[in-house]
Amino acid sequence: MPLTNEIVQSRLTEKFGDILTGWEEPYGMLTFAAAREHNLKVLNFLYDEDDLAFRFLTDLTAVHYPDRAGEELCVVYHLHNLVANLRIRLKVYAPVSQPDVYTATGLFSAANWMERETYDFYGVNFVGHPNLKRVLNVDEMDYFPMRKEFPLEDQTRIDKDDEMFGRG
Amino acid sequence: MSDHNHIKLPEGSIGKTTTTLNLGPTHPATHGVFQNILELDGERIVKAEATVGYIHRAFEKIAERRPLYQITTLTDRLNYCSSPINNMGWHLTVEKMLGIKTPKRVDYLRVIVMELARITDHLICTSIVGVDAGAFTGFLYVMQYRELVYEIYEEICGARLTTNMGRVGGFERNFSAAAWEKLERFLKEYPKAQKELEALLVRNRIFYERTRGTGAISAERALNYGFTGPNLRATGVDYDVRVHEPYSSYEDFEFQIPVGTTGDNHDRFIVRTEEIWQSLSIIEQAYRKIQSFKGAEAEVYHADVPEYYLPAKEDVYTKMEALIWHFKIVMGETDIPPAEVYQAVEGGNGELGYYLISDGGRSPYRLHFRRPCFIYYQAYEEIVKGSMLSDAVITMSSLNLIAGEMDA
Repeated sequence: MPLTNEIVQSRLTEKFGDILTGWEEPYGMLTFAAAREHNLKVLNFLYDEDDLAFRFLTDLTAVHYPDRAGEELCVVYHLHNLVANLRIRLKVYAPVSQPDVYTATGLFSAANWMERETYDFYGVNFVGHPNLKRVLNVDEMDYFPMRKEFPLEDQTRIDKDDEMFGRG
Repeated sequence: MSDHNHIKLPEGSIGKTTTTLNLGPTHPATHGVFQNILELDGERIVKAEATVGYIHRAFEKIAERRPLYQITTLTDRLNYCSSPINNMGWHLTVEKMLGIKTPKRVDYLRVIVMELARITDHLICTSIVGVDAGAFTGFLYVMQYRELVYEIYEEICGARLTTNMGRVGGFERNFSAAAWEKLERFLKEYPKAQKELEALLVRNRIFYERTRGTGAISAERALNYGFTGPNLRATGVDYDVRVHEPYSSYEDFEFQIPVGTTGDNHDRFIVRTEEIWQSLSIIEQAYRKIQSFKGAEAEVYHADVPEYYLPAKEDVYTKMEALIWHFKIVMGETDIPPAEVYQAVEGGNGELGYYLISDGGRSPYRLHFRRPCFIYYQAYEEIVKGSMLSDAVITMSSLNLIAGEMDA
C-alpha cells in the first residue's frame, strides 16, 4: 500500500496525540505543527519508523509572524520520503523572546548550514548545534535582518546623498 | 558592531606544525567568491572550513516587497549558469499557487529552454573539471556552443546571462524563426563538440587518475547531507525531480536518469556528461512535439491569465480592460491569494525549491529558495578531509559550486 497523507497523519496522531496540531494540506502537502520541545521526538519518529522513513531533509527555514504573541517565530521543516515519494511539512513555533529549538543536526548533517542560515536571519537558537554562527552575513552583525521589524529601505526617500552611490 | 581588530594571531599559531592556507575568497581555482580555510600537513588537507556569503544579496528580503513578476529577475542571479531553469521554476511556483494550467505548447517550449540551460550548466562544469586537471582545450570546444545557446536565449528573451525569461503563464513572445534556426544548428552541431570533449577526457589516463577515487562520498552520507541532482546521482541514487514530481509536462518525454556508483569526481563528471546527451534527446522530442501542433494551437505561447500576463501593447492603447490590467500588473497592484506552496524543479545542481507564503498582500509574505548548492557545499569539509590540495580543487569544480546560488 503506498504511503499517503492519511496514513502519516494517523500514525502520528496514534503516537503523539494532542502534541501535534494545525493539520492542513495546502496544495496536497501534509502540514502540521509540533510543540517546540517535541520537535526532535517527532523528527526521530518520522525518521526511524520503517513505514514512514522520512529520511531526507529537503529544507529548513523560518518565518516571522510578529502579531502572534508567544509564537512569533515558526521553524519549517520540509521532509521527503524518497522511496514513497511523499513530502510533508513540520512546523515548530517559538517565542521571539526565547527562541530555543532543538537542533536536527544529530539526524541530518544537512541541517547544519540550514540551521545556521535560519539563525543568521531569524535568530532562532538551535540548542545543541555544533557550530551555531552566522553563515551568510558578517559575524559582527548584531541583529536578525529577516525579521519583520526591519523593513526594506523606503524607495522614495530623498535624504540620502545619491552621488555617493553613483545615482546622482 | 564590535571594534575592528581583525588582525590577531589565532591561539597556538606559533608552535603548530600544520600550515593554514586561505583558498579564496578570490582565488582563480575557486571559480567564484567563496573561501576555504585549509589546514595543511604538507600537501594533505587535515581540516577544511568553508566560508560563504561573500555575494549575499538578501534576495529573500527583497522579494518581500516585490510584485511576483519582479521576483523573476532575482531568480536569474541564483545559479547564473542556468538562469532559465530558475526563471521557469519561479513561474511554475506562481502558477501552482494560482492554479494556472499552461497549454502543452508552453510546457514544451519551457522544456526546450530548461534543457538547453541544463546543457550549458553541465558543459561548463564538465569542461572546467578538465581545466582544473590541466586540460584547457576541451573547454574551448564546448564553450563556443554555450555562446550559441546564449544567442538562442537572446532570440527568445533579449538577454544572455540573467535572462528574466518567460512570464507567469508562458512566454512574453513566441520563439522567432531565428531562434528555431539556431536551435536546429545547435542540435546538429553540438554532439560533435561534446564527443570531442569526451574523446579528450573520458579515457584519458591523466584525467582518469586525477578524478578516479578523489572527492568521493557515499550514497548514505550524500542523502544525509541533502545532496540532490547529478552529485547525488553519481553516488547511485536515482532521484530526479523531473521524474519524481513531473512539472511542465516532463511526463511526456522518454529519457533516462544516469547514475554512478562511487560518488567520486569521475562519476560526477560522467553523470553530467550523460545527462547532456539525455537533455539533447529531450530537446529533440520537444521540438518534434511542437512541430506537430497545427493551426491556432501552433501559435500558443502563453496561458490566458489577464491578472498576471501583460496584454499586447496594441490592446493597451485601444482597449479599456487591457489598459487596466497593464496598469495593475506594472504597478504591482494585484492582490495575491493567501497560500503556502512548495514547488521544486530539477536545476542544474539539483532540487531547486521555492517555498512561498502569501498572506493575501501584493508581494510574498515569505519566500525561501532551497538552493541545492548551499546545502551540499557543507559536505565539502568532510569530502576533502585527508585528500591532497590539488584534489580539493577538482572536487570543488566537479561539485559545481556556484557562488550566486550559495549566497542568494
